[in-house]
Amino acid sequence: MAPRNTASVSSRKTGSKGIEDFAPGAIVEFDRDDELKAYREMLLIRRFEEKAGQLYGMGFIGGFCHLYIGQEAVVVGMQLALKEGDQVITGYRDHGHMLACGMSARGVMAELTGRRGGLSKGKGGSMHMFSKEKHFYGGHGIVGAQVSLGTGLAFANRYRGNDNVSLAYFGDGAANQGQVYESFNMAALWKLPVIYIIENNRYAMGTSVARASAGVDFSKRGSAIGIPGFQVDGMDVRAVKAAGEAAVAHCREGKGPIILEMQTYRYRGHSMSDPAKYRSKDEVQKMRSEHDPIEQVKARLLEKGWASEDELKAIDKDVRDIVADSADFAQADPEPDVSELYTDILL
Amino acid sequence: MPAMTYRDALRQALDDAMTEDKTIVVIGEEVGRYGGAYGVTKDLIKVHGPERLIDTPISEPAIIGTAVGAAMTGLRPVAELMYIDFLGMTMDQLANQAAKIRYMFGGQIGVPMVLRTQGGTGRSAGAQHSQSLEAWIMHTPGLRLAMPATVADAYHLLRQSLTKPDPVVFIEHKALYTRKEEVDLSDDPLPWGKAAVRRQGDDLVIVTYSRQVIYALEAAEALAKKGIEATVIDLRTLNPLDFETIRTHVERVGKAMVVSEGVMTSGVAAELCARISEECFDFLEQPVIRVAGEDIPISVSQELEAGSVPSARIIAEVAERLMA
Repeated sequence: MAPRNTASVSSRKTGSKGIEDFAPGAIVEFDRDDELKAYREMLLIRRFEEKAGQLYGMGFIGGFCHLYIGQEAVVVGMQLALKEGDQVITGYRDHGHMLACGMSARGVMAELTGRRGGLSKGKGGSMHMFSKEKHFYGGHGIVGAQVSLGTGLAFANRYRGNDNVSLAYFGDGAANQGQVYESFNMAALWKLPVIYIIENNRYAMGTSVARASAGVDFSKRGSAIGIPGFQVDGMDVRAVKAAGEAAVAHCREGKGPIILEMQTYRYRGHSMSDPAKYRSKDEVQKMRSEHDPIEQVKARLLEKGWASEDELKAIDKDVRDIVADSADFAQADPEPDVSELYTDILL
Repeated sequence: MPAMTYRDALRQALDDAMTEDKTIVVIGEEVGRYGGAYGVTKDLIKVHGPERLIDTPISEPAIIGTAVGAAMTGLRPVAELMYIDFLGMTMDQLANQAAKIRYMFGGQIGVPMVLRTQGGTGRSAGAQHSQSLEAWIMHTPGLRLAMPATVADAYHLLRQSLTKPDPVVFIEHKALYTRKEEVDLSDDPLPWGKAAVRRQGDDLVIVTYSRQVIYALEAAEALAKKGIEATVIDLRTLNPLDFETIRTHVERVGKAMVVSEGVMTSGVAAELCARISEECFDFLEQPVIRVAGEDIPISVSQELEAGSVPSARIIAEVAERLMA
């Protein structure tokens, strides 16, 4: 069950200039700083999500809570390919995206617990947060709706004449929604600078890709209207960054939208209430032991002598401290006042 | 004063607003080269260019979704939905995204867009192109709702809508596009959210909006010949709703009728009727009466179509019974 495109080795140091030069399966070599940054960012997401899972189990988080564990390389790799002002929008499995965009762990965790110090003042919850400063546009709960919104972000960038790109993330499940294709068509027609990132984690809730999709190569979902696409090993942060750089260059040059199918895997169930009985424990274990995105980086750091076990432990401790602080804050912070019931609806 | 049509007033509003505010873009099916299915955007593309009058594929969910996304960045899109009957195609983007974004992001961001559309009967357009679905909008917190009845309001309400920080659904009436009135657009408009008292009388208050204002005024003239003097309130916007003007006149007069082209059951008239009954009960001499669309689909047959919605004759007849 390895991803269909296991990362092939490329000697190219930098990302491609655009998709013409992009070889499917390519990676960018990371230097020590890149590896350490990726390690730390991915670890922060994982530890954060583990803690969120615990808080959910303890009853501090109600409603929905969709964990990103296993998929960390996708969003961390893509962020490494962006520049200031590029926008990110995604669906409901969004905690990792927000942390990778630089939004505060305290703000995200306190939103999960519905507290006034949460990024949406306790009104949004797990699926609905936003940051103008970090160019993160949510956090949306209706499957596929963010694809049209992300197309609108790209439309605005084009109208304003800047060279920013927008990243619209969605899953293999959302890829079967109708408005996704309406958006593809409009973006292709108007050559909008939008990267459609399909996070194919193989299951739409409990339904496997094979049971829901007549064609399982999601990178080809725009081929009839001329949108190029690539399948990417979404478990290898270097492969994600390489594809991301090629896609960003393509969009910035005004060549229109592009699709990146990130082949990834979520270790946990769809949400906290999902025991994931639709797949075998062996399948999950195999992905964890052979393709874990964080272990891959860790192994390279140790192998190349770029970090010692102790240094990596120190990073882990630092990350755990940030997460513990966010969890403490999210439990101690008060609920919003009842006077907030009628605020923030209409000005 | 020059005479102008409702359609021309709408076009003038878009033209003037686009000249003043470069963040306004018009996006929708046939809004550019074709000039709009009902001609509202005719020739605007020549003035403001194809970058600002954007013809789209037939993709209502993505048209509205793209407008919402662009509005989140501070652009002010005017998305045109050719018929309000297509609301079902776009209701997710409108109700779940546009209406909720400010609230669920804790007030950090708004969606300053206008959804222009048209509804109502009068052109034999049949069951899928003649509905009055404003209740769907009014039932969704987070959306503003404007429905102009007059030529001057077609201009002023659209200009005002294009300054609002929140999504405005702007519903025109397809039977009013060719209506002509003498207007001076330089006159100060009524403030946003304020109802207009179109006629004052002491026997009965008729509360209505959109084309039914015209019918209510005709009915009031007929009633006057029989010695019944009606006040006619044009709500202009249903969100915000100017209930204070309704209250003032209902409490003064003691008899009220609510008129809406939308279907009777669970409609705008039902809501207004309930609110007047609850809040003005001590002043009412009789129950508040609803005159609204029949609970049926709209026919192509002109006879059946006209019979399915209120008319000046029906309003006058019901008013007479109320006064008897």
